[in-house]
Amino acid sequence: MSSLSFKISDCGGLKIEVFGTRATLRHSGALWLEGARAMVVADLHFEKGSSYAARFGQMLPPYDTRETLDRLERELAALNPATLIFLGDSFHDGAGEDRLPADDRARIAALALGRDLVWAVGNHDADGPRALPGAVVDEAAIGGLAFRHEPLPGAQPGEVAGHLHPAARVTSGRASVRRRCFVTDGTRLVLPAFGAFTGGLNILDAAFAPLFGTPPLAAALGRGRVHAVGWKSLRPD
Amino acid sequence: MLAADALPPRFSDWFAARGWAPRAHQLAMVEKGRQGRDALLIAPTGGGKTLAGFLPSLIELSERPPRNTPAGVHTLYVSPLKALAVDIERNLATPIREMGLKVVAESRTGDTGEARKARQRLRPPDILLTTPEQLALFCAWEGAREYFADLSCVIVDEAHAMWLNKRGDLLALGLARLQLFSPKMRRVGLSATVDDPDLVRRWLGHHDKGPPPVGEAMRSVGGGSPPSPQTPPSVDLRSTPPPQGEVLISTDHTVDLVLGSGGAQPIVEVLVSGGKVPWAGHTAEHAMAEVYEIIKASKTALVFVNTRFQAEFAFQELWKLNDDGLAIALHHGSLAAEQRRKVEAAMARGEIRAVVCTSTLDMGIDWGDVDLVIQLAAPKGASRMVQRIGRANHRLDEPSRAILVPASRFEMLECRAAADAILGGHLDGEPARTGALDVLAQHVMGLACSEPFALTDLYDEIRAAGPYADLAWEDFETVVDFVSTGGYALKSYDKFRRIVPGQDGLWRARNAQTVLRHRMNVGTIVTAAMVNVRVGGGKRPMGGRKVGEAEEGFFESMKPGDTFIFAGQVWRFNSLVGTDAFVSPAPDKDPMMPSWGGSKFPLSTYLASRVRAMMHDETEWAALPADVQEWLGYQKLRSIMPTEDELLLETFPHGKRFHLVFYSFEGRLAHTTLAMLLTRRLDRLGIGPLGFVANDYAVNIWSLKSMEDLDLDALFAQDMLGDDLEAWLNESFLMKRAFKACALISGLIERRHPGEEKSGRQVTFSTDLIYDVLRRHQPDHLLLRCARADAATGSLDVARLGDMLARVQGKIRHAALDRVSPFAVPIMLEIGRERAPGDAAGEMILAEAEEDLIAEAMS
Repeated sequence: MSSLSFKISDCGGLKIEVFGTRATLRHSGALWLEGARAMVVADLHFEKGSSYAARFGQMLPPYDTRETLDRLERELAALNPATLIFLGDSFHDGAGEDRLPADDRARIAALALGRDLVWAVGNHDADGPRALPGAVVDEAAIGGLAFRHEPLPGAQPGEVAGHLHPAARVTSGRASVRRRCFVTDGTRLVLPAFGAFTGGLNILDAAFAPLFGTPPLAAALGRGRVHAVGWKSLRPD
Repeated sequence: MLAADALPPRFSDWFAARGWAPRAHQLAMVEKGRQGRDALLIAPTGGGKTLAGFLPSLIELSERPPRNTPAGVHTLYVSPLKALAVDIERNLATPIREMGLKVVAESRTGDTGEARKARQRLRPPDILLTTPEQLALFCAWEGAREYFADLSCVIVDEAHAMWLNKRGDLLALGLARLQLFSPKMRRVGLSATVDDPDLVRRWLGHHDKGPPPVGEAMRSVGGGSPPSPQTPPSVDLRSTPPPQGEVLISTDHTVDLVLGSGGAQPIVEVLVSGGKVPWAGHTAEHAMAEVYEIIKASKTALVFVNTRFQAEFAFQELWKLNDDGLAIALHHGSLAAEQRRKVEAAMARGEIRAVVCTSTLDMGIDWGDVDLVIQLAAPKGASRMVQRIGRANHRLDEPSRAILVPASRFEMLECRAAADAILGGHLDGEPARTGALDVLAQHVMGLACSEPFALTDLYDEIRAAGPYADLAWEDFETVVDFVSTGGYALKSYDKFRRIVPGQDGLWRARNAQTVLRHRMNVGTIVTAAMVNVRVGGGKRPMGGRKVGEAEEGFFESMKPGDTFIFAGQVWRFNSLVGTDAFVSPAPDKDPMMPSWGGSKFPLSTYLASRVRAMMHDETEWAALPADVQEWLGYQKLRSIMPTEDELLLETFPHGKRFHLVFYSFEGRLAHTTLAMLLTRRLDRLGIGPLGFVANDYAVNIWSLKSMEDLDLDALFAQDMLGDDLEAWLNESFLMKRAFKACALISGLIERRHPGEEKSGRQVTFSTDLIYDVLRRHQPDHLLLRCARADAATGSLDVARLGDMLARVQGKIRHAALDRVSPFAVPIMLEIGRERAPGDAAGEMILAEAEEDLIAEAMS
């Protein structure tokens, strides 16, 4: 972490370098690569709500996809990226695409207008979308960075991944706050889940241990800005 | 009514053999049984109430002709407590055995083994003793109709504790269903104290022909005057006592009222320890030595407190003083069940001298030896106190004895008001209850699991239940739509319906899996998620001895190493793993967690108005201790003593801040809500409010600028309950908490899933996410309506706040002062106490501040 430096940008994002590439960690949970004009989001889990209805008859609000799209469209309007990368688990399950309401489907298709849309696949959506526009890939690369859904164990310089849904818990006195977060040691980066119905896994969980040799930095998503949180301030759930 | 021929010989012989004479209300209940009438019996504890409830059934069963086919359940008994159902099973065994009756009475609770449950399903006992949750399970069972076809009577015990909440809603719906299976079924309610019998009768009754008007005139049979039919502010039961065993029949109620004798007048005293009443505080710590001496002088004492934290605190304090080694025990809802059973058993054997307890001992098992009830800190309501006093001395003809111990000056006034109310026979009025729609959703799903239903028939069935008598068809349809598809404006779930209409027009559950999932989650009623408190430490703690259970939130803010009091001991918190909190004993440490959590009961409206009246009427002051009289006198001199219907509001500078304090006596919940809303308004006015504290009696808001010149009527305008409340509530954690409960009860989310594997790491998928999304995309959704209603009544007391704002319009008496008033001292002292510093330095600062403040006010 000693090599890691950061500063807060005007829009509340955290500016860092990941394996030599300049990056902004946005408080929406999106990653912005200014040089390549690429925006990356992970774990959208579209149609998670309806998957519960289909599998269990459990009727969660069917509005998670449009809520996620609302957030996504706000970021696109702010950044206008040339490339948009979905970092896997974009749909909660393989049949999610078929359950999309027509208006949501049209909104997703419109995301590809005037830019490259890349669907990296994850464990929930191993085949990627069938009818929606965009390129379906296992991994993508821009400059020195490699984009894949599930982080690989051991040192992976330049890897940008999702999958783990990192969340940070911080306490002060009797008050406690738990937020989604980015995790990075300056050589690799794990993105928070972007989807409306996605929960978080505490980054003190053992699942994060194989990824970082030194204590990483957590960048917690706050209201209007990202907060850099040191390892010592983190608390288990 | 004549005793001799009212009972069959076998029964009158049995009474005679025991040396008893049947009481008038017992015979009245037998008569009700013979006539097939529904009845609510109100009789003090110790009056043979339970026996009165069962006598008609036992007589009917003893006269039953022998038959070849096995009979179904004859009488269903429903108790709010599992332990009580088991206890009654034991108590019924004696008369059944001694009279040689061929009657089988068995309990069935969540703790009953599967084998016994299965046997009960095949061979129903004559009398089945159970809980509302088990009844809900029965209602979701395919065999329910046949099982209850012969049902003759349902007995609801402790009716006063059952009706006013969601459990009561669920039970009323269950009763409506049972009535459908067995139209001849009779309903019997048993209760010690009822605030307003009419409301309980409405809840208990079968509303076949639409809702009856409540509170209409009643016709009395056999002389005697009817009880006052009007509800708030108080119901006067004792000033016009009908003769013992008197039966009152309402022309509008289907449930007759039977009153037992009033018993002996209780003796209620208010303890003024050392002639002094503290300025502020909640624990009555100052009086502990005297309380100990009183315990020593009595046989067995129940020491009631209002919260678990107070219970732990008082238990510690009493043991510090316990040089005589008296058997003083602790009993509250968070202790492990076996530990509570142990205390109860020792009580029954007469081995205990005192039990420090919360509302867990407000009702239930009878102990004959309790001769004294002590209430530490004010009781907050007259009815609750009457119920608690009833726990002492279950021999009817001897007076119960109770001592109230006020913890502060306003509490002194409250205790005095409560004692007067009890002696005058006045009880707090309760508002009528409207059934919750999330509970209805659970019930509708359950019925679909049991057998197919037609919509219109179901609508009529539901409106036969008291709390749902006024249910609108639109709301009913909304609930059915919610159960079926989630009730969303976006109709994407039509193909996944949980309940579906068949070609015959009847609705049924979608498939076997839907049924199984519902049954696993049925009866989930509003209990906060609990974690087990276990002994264990280290990095990988193993499941050690279970000490008890605590609410999920209790440990959330604790760090490993923090110490706290629980189950009468000091513990060190080690870790929270899943649903287990691991702790180790730390007997030598001072607990760091503040041991006070505030009163969970708001001051009753009725007591509040009595306190206001007492303050203004100087002739009442004579009954108060000298220091309290002096305090009231100085208040009159330095500020204003408001009349009963005025709201006193004071403004004064203190230190570098300006304070606004008002004394509305509406209870902590309503006050906190009001303070939140006023703070928003003051912020908009540019006053810069810095903070507030609220207690049961007053609100104190402080700011950077003076609030002396504000338009107070505008500040307290009722429209704050509109947009301001809505805006604040939507962001509030109270709404999120209420939403979670409604989501669980209604079946939107499930606690348990069939065959769900336990994965190593759980990704938490919180209801807060669902709440946020639903709020943005469908703000009028059924569950948001439910959550808003719950938050408004349960956590915010909005209804009471609305009444108060209406009452004080144009009646605000403003005293613009140059310093703290005597009344303001207690709530000024609470400012620093919100977060207990817990170290010696902090205590010293507080003590100094306290002295300065008192000198300033009284000089």
